[in-house]
Parts: sequence; C-alpha cells; structure tokens
Amino acid sequence: MATAVPVEQKWWSGGRSPFNIEYGKLMMWYFLMSDAFTFGAFLISYGTIRFSSNSWPDPNVVFSSFPFMGSAHLPLVFVSLMTFILIMSSVTMVLAVGAGHNNDKAGVMKWMIWTIIGGLAFLGCQAWEWTHLYHQNAWWGMNPFINADGTQATTNFTNFFFTITGFHGFHVFSGVIINIIMLIMTYKGVFDKRGHYNMIEKAGLYWHFVDLVWVFVFTCFYLF
Amino acid sequence: MENAQTAVHQGHAEPTFSTKTIWRTFWILLIITCIELTIGMFIAPHFHSLKILFNILYIFLTLIKAFYIVAEFMHLRHELKNLLMTIIVPLFLFVWFIGAFLWDGNSYKNLRNDYDRYKKEQSGVKVAQPAHGSGEHDAKKPGEKE
Repeated sequence: MATAVPVEQKWWSGGRSPFNIEYGKLMMWYFLMSDAFTFGAFLISYGTIRFSSNSWPDPNVVFSSFPFMGSAHLPLVFVSLMTFILIMSSVTMVLAVGAGHNNDKAGVMKWMIWTIIGGLAFLGCQAWEWTHLYHQNAWWGMNPFINADGTQATTNFTNFFFTITGFHGFHVFSGVIINIIMLIMTYKGVFDKRGHYNMIEKAGLYWHFVDLVWVFVFTCFYLF
Repeated sequence: MENAQTAVHQGHAEPTFSTKTIWRTFWILLIITCIELTIGMFIAPHFHSLKILFNILYIFLTLIKAFYIVAEFMHLRHELKNLLMTIIVPLFLFVWFIGAFLWDGNSYKNLRNDYDRYKKEQSGVKVAQPAHGSGEHDAKKPGEKE
C-alpha cells in the first residue's frame, strides 16, 4: 500500500469517510441548501411577477434617502453602506473561525463581538430603511411609488420588497442570536473543554449564508 | 481534487485559514460591489435601452461574488469533491426553475397585453407622483426618468 502516488481514491468502498466532515457541519450545509431553495422560490416568484408587469418602480428613485441627509437625492448610497457592513461582518466571522482553529479563545471572542456588532448595525440600518419607507406610505398593501414609465404601480413592488427583505432580516436576527450564544459558550470555556471550536464554524456557515442571500437580494431589488 | 487529497493525507480535513486569503476575498467582494453600484447609480440611468444588458452584467457579477463567498468564506472549495457535489448538483434545479418561471411571467404579460384591452389602456395612462407622507421627498421629479 506504500505507493507514492495513489492511483485512485476509492471513496465509497468503505474504510474511509467519503465526506470527511463532521456530522453537524454536514447537516448545516444541507439545511443551508434547503434554505437556498426557500429564498430562491421567493426571489423567483418576485421575478415572475416582475416579468408579467409592463413596468416597475425605479430603485434609483425609491431607495434614494440617507439618514440625516433630508431630501438629498442619494440613490443606493444607504444600501451600499448596508452591503459593506454585511461583507465586513462576514470577514470578522471568518477571522473568528480561523482563531478557533488555533484554539485562540481571546481571538474568537474578539472577532465574534465584532461580528455581532456588524449584524446589529445591519439590522439597525434595515430598521431605519423600513421606518423611512413606512413614513413614505410604503408598506404591505400600500405603494406610493409610481412605475419607471410614469404609470400607476401596483402593490406588488412593496409586498415583495417587505416580505423578502423581512425574511432576510429575520435570518440576520437569528444569526445574531446564534452568534451571541456562541460568544457566551466561548466565554464559559465550553469549546476549550471540548478541545475544538467546530461550533463556531457551523455558526459561521450560517452567517456567511445570510451574507450570500443578501448579495442576491441586493441585485434583485436595488440594481434591476 | 488536489486540495481534498492533501487534506486526507493530513489525516483530517483541517482547513487552514490564511488571513491573506480572507482579506483578498474581502477586497474582491468590495470592488465588485463598487462596480455594480457605479453602474447602477451613474451609468445605467443614462442608457435605458440597454437595461437588459446591464441586468445580465449584474447577474454575472453577483454570481462571481456568490462564488467567492461560498468557496472561500464558507470554505467549500477546500472540502472533499464528494461533499461539494451533493450540495452543488441539486442547485442546478434553479436553472429550470428560473427559466421556466420567468418565461411564464413574460408570456402572461404578452397574453394580457394582447387580449385584455382594459389592461392595455391602463398601461398607457401616466399618473403624477403622489406626495409622500413625510414630505421629505417632494423633491422627486416624476418626469425625471424618461
């Protein structure tokens, strides 16, 4: 068996783990795959309705406000900030996972705290955006914006916007809760006793997925 | 496969997270987002007829971002190919899913425009942008976009 170059790995003939991954992490991957289909179904139904409409509100007009900037026309600037915050918190999450690989408890705690702050900042931004839109009379069943071609818009636009960004925001919220639990467990030394920080990695997968979904939500609602 | 085999030879799929790779991925994501925003804010509004081309470009850039998040941040590129396939292959259902549904939506629009005369008339009626509740956005010009 001491050949220098293995001719072919027999992954499924027994004797080795064909996935070589921890059970919980594998199940997290499959959960995320199913969640991808949930988000996919939402976004595709949005796309179908949009394709069946003759016109649609212009995102450059709808999303053009920024806190404390009054009526200045700043299209997409605020959502760029939100995107930046989420990408940044994804980076701090990877750094936490990396610190966990080195069993560096202080490092994990530091980066988890930054990730939680990033998640809360994103939620705060979304709360502001929703409040602002609500004050403009945009809500489920109410759409104050007209179509890009100047015709009367239906409430499809706001219904899909609030449902899908709301569903994503709920994922961010639960991600922040999971991250806080992970932070407490790290602080209490649970993972030191276990000898590994695999849980941080699983929470990290979920958190990156939230970022991944945002990339698609961002394109579908703010760019198209 | 090289990555996978190296991991197996080490006895355990211990992914090595290099800080350099993480920051490189961060810069790639940031730069792509900036490109998308620049197009969306400053370039696309001037070329309405090319909207579909810009949308294709956005999809392309979004998929690149998705690849980097999944491959590097979620570390899927460094897992075994067996695992990777069980996750990636089912996602190809989306190809049918997206194609079929968008086609259907488009067809519904065309059918209604052809056969629903009321709908057709309504889709030509322009309205004024109503004043918003907070009054913060009165500066909006309805005639600005086309």
